[in-house]
Amino acid sequence: MKVEREKIRANLPLDEPDANKSLLVRQMRARDLLRGDIDSADLEKHVEEAVLATRLDKVLNWGRANAIFPATFGLACCAIEMMSVVSPRYDIARFGAEAMRASPRQADMLILSGRVSIKMAPVVRRLYDQMLEPKWVVSMGACSSSGGMFSNYAVVQGADKFLPVDIHVPGCPPRPEALLYGFNKLQRMIMGNPEIGWRTRYSAHGTEEWARDLGKVTDDARDAYAAARDIAEAAGPPASGQPGGPADVPGPPQERVDVPERSKVEEGRFI
Amino acid sequence: MPDAPGLELIRGELNDAHPDAITGSYFEHGSACLICDPVQIRDVLAWLRDTPGQEYTFLASVHGVDYLPAEPRFGVHYELLNMARVERIRVRAALEDPGPDALPEIPTVSDEWPTADHQEREVYDFFGIVFTGHPDLRRILMPEDYVGWPQRRDFPIGGEPVIFTNTERDVPGWYA
Amino acid sequence: MNETEEQLRDEEPVELPTGAKRHENGNMRGSAPAHGRDIVARSSAEVIGTSVIERTDADDSLEPEQELMTVNLGPHHPATHGVLRLLVSLQGETVIDLKPIMGYVHTGIEKNCEDKSYWKAIPFVERMDYLSYFFNMQAFCGCVEKMLELEIPPRAKYLRVIHMELNRLHSHLVWLGTSALDLGAMSMFFYCFRDRDRILDLFEMSSGQRMHTRYFQVGGVFEDIPVGFEQKVKAFCAEFPTRVDQFEALLTNNEIFLQRTKGVGIVERERLKALGVTGPLLRAAGEPWDLRKVDPYLAYGDFDFDIPIGTVGDGWDRFRCRIQEMRESVRIIEQAIDGLPEGPVLADDRKIVLPPRHELGTSMEALIHHFKLVTEGFRVPPGECYYPIESPRGELGCFILADGSAKPARVHFRDPSFVNLQSLRDMCVGEYIADMIQNLAMLDPVLGGIDR
Repeated sequence: MKVEREKIRANLPLDEPDANKSLLVRQMRARDLLRGDIDSADLEKHVEEAVLATRLDKVLNWGRANAIFPATFGLACCAIEMMSVVSPRYDIARFGAEAMRASPRQADMLILSGRVSIKMAPVVRRLYDQMLEPKWVVSMGACSSSGGMFSNYAVVQGADKFLPVDIHVPGCPPRPEALLYGFNKLQRMIMGNPEIGWRTRYSAHGTEEWARDLGKVTDDARDAYAAARDIAEAAGPPASGQPGGPADVPGPPQERVDVPERSKVEEGRFI
Repeated sequence: MPDAPGLELIRGELNDAHPDAITGSYFEHGSACLICDPVQIRDVLAWLRDTPGQEYTFLASVHGVDYLPAEPRFGVHYELLNMARVERIRVRAALEDPGPDALPEIPTVSDEWPTADHQEREVYDFFGIVFTGHPDLRRILMPEDYVGWPQRRDFPIGGEPVIFTNTERDVPGWYA
Repeated sequence: MNETEEQLRDEEPVELPTGAKRHENGNMRGSAPAHGRDIVARSSAEVIGTSVIERTDADDSLEPEQELMTVNLGPHHPATHGVLRLLVSLQGETVIDLKPIMGYVHTGIEKNCEDKSYWKAIPFVERMDYLSYFFNMQAFCGCVEKMLELEIPPRAKYLRVIHMELNRLHSHLVWLGTSALDLGAMSMFFYCFRDRDRILDLFEMSSGQRMHTRYFQVGGVFEDIPVGFEQKVKAFCAEFPTRVDQFEALLTNNEIFLQRTKGVGIVERERLKALGVTGPLLRAAGEPWDLRKVDPYLAYGDFDFDIPIGTVGDGWDRFRCRIQEMRESVRIIEQAIDGLPEGPVLADDRKIVLPPRHELGTSMEALIHHFKLVTEGFRVPPGECYYPIESPRGELGCFILADGSAKPARVHFRDPSFVNLQSLRDMCVGEYIADMIQNLAMLDPVLGGIDR
């Protein structure tokens, strides 16, 4: 079986169409600059071009990534490990994030550390809404990523259900080093070098829960998923003693789909 | 703990003081338990606290149990502790299930035993057992508008089933 | 009685200038309707959405000009230890009334345990009071062992005691760090967490996990300690009293700390006992009650240690009690690690405890036992049991109802923080709101235990 891997792009993404050529031009210009060969008009033009909008964006992103103010949202056991990330041994201050702001208005990043119970979910949502853009969410631990070991009536099965989450950190509780790894991943994401993700690396598009049809996101699959969600919502909150949701909703087709050959999803078209 | 004969002595004395209050008693795993009629629970607990020689002054825990399918269905357990002699005794109020439209009731002890305040609210929250005379009986751990009594045995556990993909074999893994 | 009820229901709330609503005649605490159903209807309709909380007798004498401000603290708040919501009714800076609202991290652990076999329920109960996970495990495993009448080997008892006392140190260190942080002493936080990391290293050495180690099993301890553990524990115990000295040097004679904690939050002993409070709170008030001494379980009877008792019961006494308890825990650990007996770490009963792995290749019975234990789990004969232990916060009791199958029919934890929180109102009423933060810190609530 042939494994196709995407080329991992170099750390310095050059978005321009003829990247190499412009790089060469810039190198020569820099050489002339250093030699003192450029005169004033060319020098001004050079300086102007050097401070392009993309450069400004990069500086802004660099600043954002290296000075994140986490909003401590200590819910349960993961909060203790989050506190120990601030502690001297697993120092988060070396990444610039030791200023933990209690107020969501002053914070950038929401670290959801702990299980989100159904009573707490509206409070978390309100806190998230009170944060100002740009904001990111790190879901720390198994409980906030997916409900963890608590698959029951009282825990929201993953904060994804009501919040957009950028980074999930697995563990129960995750070691502080794991949280720092997730944090570094978030920093790279902010700076514009997102990781390509395992689905791209192993060309595993099509393994998502709802994609059953030759690994491609068809409109039918997406519509079926939306229809199922509407049915579950229309059924309303569960009456006393009755489970709502999954039992009533038609699940994904159980029969095994025969995939003749691995196929790729079009670029960017997956949830 | 009062041992088995001691338990019978207590039961006898209680029956003299409050007839028909105790409907049963058992002694297992080294601990003593009295089964009580719910209507007289206040008298039983007061007797256990005030009688010289008994003096179970510390109410350690009030919790509810659903014995479905055994009858009577509900039990409210009162764990009493005598701090001087370090002895524990448990009083279980046996409550019948009054059917799907009504809630079982038992008089509150929170005015005599202030520790029972939050604990009775918890029993109400999870089992639907109403403590008559409680100053502020409402849900304590579940959201205030929640419908249902979660820790009853016939309440489903909830949660979501894990949806597995069935395309695992097609994705190249480390072994492929 | 019925007239009062109708009056209460029909009355329009009086709008005060400050916007707080107040019922003219209503005193929710005084009247008790006859039928239980009415409490439900009345309480839920009136309590939700009103901004005034239960009125005490003090409220009846208030003039409408006096401003009562209701402040909501939490559930997201840096100084409540977890997601605790407090509705505080203030007059100026004095607390008139206080109502804690919990349930924001309710996880349904007790219900979930009914769904799992006894072995598999251990990780669930561990995560209740998330700072004292070994104590949660001991309460559960001890209760099951009491119902099975299973005797655990002495080495397992000693190992359990060592890990539990290390966990007590861990819990008190986190308490000290976060409480000092609440009171403004930020550097204590870093010192305490530095030492806490050393304890977590020890846990990682013995079980592989820092927190929530699932180290205790029904029948003993999961695995024997590795080589080098004893030396590390001894080195830790040799050094830790110096650390406690350093903490005391920072706080004990600190003028600010003394002013904030001395004479604040005093509740008399009988009232605490009536409220069901146990643990360092009760001991600080002068009651010599510690389950390790009065009702020894595991191997606590073999060790020589003292119980620190306070005199007044204010925040200062609670602080000193816990600091001294840390020193006593170090004493216990030293004695335990010195006297650690040899032998197996798991009981012998193959119907309950997994057989050792090397037997699985040779013995058929071992294989069958292993299979049955892993797929179904051991069965516990029908019965009930309540098993209390002394956790860092007070009496942690586990109640299990077994119906003869492999899954418990009811698991309930009498959590000390849940009961201790009822004393917060008594501590705070009549004092300043800044003292309320201090009272909450010295109460040491852990919301995982309160909400379960």
